[in-house]
Amino acid sequence: MDDIEVEKITKRFGDFTAVDEISFTVGHGETFGLLGPNGAGKSTLIRMLTTLTPPTAGSARVLGHDVVREAGAVRKSIGVIPQVMTSDLDLTAEENMTIFARLYGVPKDRRKHVIRELLAAVQLADWLDKPVRTFSGGMRRRLEIARGLVHEPKIFFLDEPTTGLDPVSRVAVWEMIEQLKRERDLTVLITTHYLEEADKLCNRVAIVDHGKLVALDSPLKLKATIPGNNVLEVSFSRVPDGWSETLRALPEVSQVTATDHVFRIASNNGPRTTVELFEAARRADISVASLSVQSTTLDDVFVHYTGRQLRDAPQENLHYDMSFMYKPR
Amino acid sequence: MQRVWAIIERDLRKFQHSPFLMFASLVLPLSQLVILGYAFGGNLKHLKVGVVDQDGGMGAVKVREMLQAVGATAKTFSTVDYSNLGRAVSDLRNGRLNGVVDIPPHFTRDLLARADPRLGLVVDNTDNFTASTLEGTLTSLVNDYYLNGIDARRQPTLQLKTVEVYGYTPYIKFLFPGIIALSIFITAMIGGGIIFIDDKARGLHEGYLVTPITKTELILGFNLAGAFKGVLAGLVLTIFGSLIAGVPHPLDPMRTFKMLLVICPAATAFISMMFLLMVRISDPLVPRAIFGVLNTLLYFPSGAVYPVNAFPRWMRVIATVDPFTYAVHGFRTLLLKNTGFGAIAGDVAFLVVFSVIMTAAATALFQRTV
Repeated sequence: MDDIEVEKITKRFGDFTAVDEISFTVGHGETFGLLGPNGAGKSTLIRMLTTLTPPTAGSARVLGHDVVREAGAVRKSIGVIPQVMTSDLDLTAEENMTIFARLYGVPKDRRKHVIRELLAAVQLADWLDKPVRTFSGGMRRRLEIARGLVHEPKIFFLDEPTTGLDPVSRVAVWEMIEQLKRERDLTVLITTHYLEEADKLCNRVAIVDHGKLVALDSPLKLKATIPGNNVLEVSFSRVPDGWSETLRALPEVSQVTATDHVFRIASNNGPRTTVELFEAARRADISVASLSVQSTTLDDVFVHYTGRQLRDAPQENLHYDMSFMYKPR
Repeated sequence: MQRVWAIIERDLRKFQHSPFLMFASLVLPLSQLVILGYAFGGNLKHLKVGVVDQDGGMGAVKVREMLQAVGATAKTFSTVDYSNLGRAVSDLRNGRLNGVVDIPPHFTRDLLARADPRLGLVVDNTDNFTASTLEGTLTSLVNDYYLNGIDARRQPTLQLKTVEVYGYTPYIKFLFPGIIALSIFITAMIGGGIIFIDDKARGLHEGYLVTPITKTELILGFNLAGAFKGVLAGLVLTIFGSLIAGVPHPLDPMRTFKMLLVICPAATAFISMMFLLMVRISDPLVPRAIFGVLNTLLYFPSGAVYPVNAFPRWMRVIATVDPFTYAVHGFRTLLLKNTGFGAIAGDVAFLVVFSVIMTAAATALFQRTV
């Protein structure tokens, strides 16, 4: 039995389908990533798996418990880090942990030990009696990761755990998740719109776009499924008629896509295609304005499956946007 | 039950770290007690009354002496002599005078002849409080004139003697019980309304909802934590307010115990009503917007500032279902009359039943999943 089993799960809000018949399974000990832009349906999916939102159709089981019929059992067995930071600013790190330990029914004699151990694991041992108000964003996120594990769950859901963090804090959080997973034998389901996050943390990645699952495999295999080992991003001083076809005809080129006069050329042999590219430009009497050659990334995978880059996807408003309270109206 | 305690502990720890917010909620009721209590409570004094003596006889002199005596002792008004009634009334209209006493020609002659002598009182009835005070004082003065004055041979008349059961109760004391209820209500409004919705909007509740806590436990936890803060506010105001309003023995243990018997269900009633109102709200502006409306709708019809019997029928209906009414009645009974348990049993019973209904309704309407 897999730890998480999702079968044609669907969520509709009126006429809008946020999640459309998505199915997948997550095995024990796996780190599974849901990758997609904001508004793709990742958070709705994770909210259904963590019992916050009932599905409109389909089903999901977590450790064999149905997320609707056995919601209580699911809640006891999972740790959840919601997208928004939910630690209480007025309380200390230890108090935040204690409240959740009590909510999960951790026995009093174990509470203190578990809390101190977890705070040490996320490198906040020296901050346990400090108010969370004084913490940086990265520290708050680490505290919430510790808080999510206070009842020692076997499955850990993290909804965009590094959104809004600076690059250094992001790397620290990644390392912490990997370490905790290793030490505590966790199954992790993580949603992200950061390609490098999915690439670094996940054993398998499901690419979600417009509520649909468009690809699912390990990052390595996903990258291997798209044609070419290298991607050339190139722009020219001028684009002659039929230039895409000319590029496609170059040796070793497997795919050409163009956005805003920038051509992305998938190639099985980057250096050779580069030489041929310059030769073709010389023959057409145009010059190369810019050129970059890189290995295939998950971004290329995303482009391959959705026809657009992840960073081009429209941004949705944050679910809990209270900024209107603090701005002049 | 451990999960209910977790929610209570969280609220109380927040309160422990920043008690300022709750004590700030006592500022409004305390200022109302002082400002309204003293503003509306005192007898009117230092009014100005014009006296137009068109008679000049012995009877008129006696009336003027009695008016001057009031000015010298009770200081309700001082007198200004006018020779012309028109000018005096003109000054009344212009606001220089609060009333004009007219002693008409032949007043002394009519008095001695027992020919229905009359005094005139001209008042500015755009200010009914002043007009009534002047009318009351002058009526009593005229009665005294008859009883002790010239006509010693007149027949005895029927007189009503009032016996006051309690000591003199100034308005500030009358207002005080309502102010205690108001302090509990404001605590409920801030904790159960504003902070509750802000926490919800910040996603704090979502953190709780992924844990095994049931919605009954969650509502119960929020209610009890809010009620505790309300009780604390009510107790603090009972003690400090007693000192301000001049209620004797502010720390009398038996009375404090009896006060707690009303404060506890009153706090629970207010906070549970607030959760019911807020259970489906997620916009942080809503509790702020309805704060004043709720205050007016519940506080004023309760008899806290004016007797319920003076209200029109529709307002008396509001008062019947308003938990403020019962809290105010209970507090007033205990603080001003120091009665036994029997006098507050009805109030306590209403508040308990009200709390149970509100909590049950809030639990039924609470959405654990969206």
